[in-house]
Amino acid sequence: MIALDDIDRRLLRALSEDARQTAGALGRRFGLSQPATWRRIKRLEEAGVLRGRRVRLNKEALGFGVTVFLGVKLATKGRVSLDDFERAVTAIPEVQLVQHVLGLYDYRLRVVARDLPDFERVLRRRIMTLPGVGDVEANVLLSEERRPGPLGA
Amino acid sequence: MHDLDDADRRLLRQLQASEDATVSDLAERSGMSAGTATRRLDRLERAGVIEGYQARINYRALGYEIEVSLRVTLDKTATNAFDAFIAAARDIPEIDEIQTFLGRVDVRLNVLARDMAHYQEIYRARILNLPHIADIEALMLVANVKNSESLPL
Repeated sequence: MIALDDIDRRLLRALSEDARQTAGALGRRFGLSQPATWRRIKRLEEAGVLRGRRVRLNKEALGFGVTVFLGVKLATKGRVSLDDFERAVTAIPEVQLVQHVLGLYDYRLRVVARDLPDFERVLRRRIMTLPGVGDVEANVLLSEERRPGPLGA
Repeated sequence: MHDLDDADRRLLRQLQASEDATVSDLAERSGMSAGTATRRLDRLERAGVIEGYQARINYRALGYEIEVSLRVTLDKTATNAFDAFIAAARDIPEIDEIQTFLGRVDVRLNVLARDMAHYQEIYRARILNLPHIADIEALMLVANVKNSESLPL
């Protein structure tokens, strides 16, 4: 496991806010030379800590007004049904996240839709028809906040 | 809502699908020149459709093996239950997501921990001390089957 110092942590925090900052700009901010900053970023990439970058789109501006989290319980278990369920659920474009979990449910899904009627369509036609699907619980997302996580700790 | 044409849509789809593509890669995959792609990306950013780019941090590579989704029901007889709970949750560095819902669950916290002993320490010493909790359910992450956060454009 890679050990981080304070500067590594600050670099990670800065890049998780804005991944387009150059090594030069980050170096000036944290009192490092451009090559030293670049070497640190390279090391974090090679250790698998930095794993690419992701574009953040404004989903409301693109007409996606509703995000719903679903807790799904499978009706039948066993290896085959897990594989079938996972293959089918990951192919649904409106499903952004599929997590296999332990607890009250077997899977957590994050689903985006244009509005509630659109969500109902996805739920009825695509989710409820998945192989092996049992109980489904829906919670509509009202607000969401991403925190930097344990980097600063 | 922002109106996209087909070329914008192709470009955004490619942008969501590829984590580290350069503008010329994106342009080629979307069937346009690099100059056109740059102009369109700039326009989408000015229009607020593209909000930014964030580095993805892999907490596993930093020794955080445990990820738990805590689904919290609050005691709504307290008038400021949501605000007080969320403000206190922000002080726990191991929490990297705070979401509020309409449904059976009021708030969801995503908790990262190094191992089960560390999780237990966070849970007992920090989480259970948060104000206005009526009930907590935990879902422990086994695997991310799909984690694209892509919008179906």
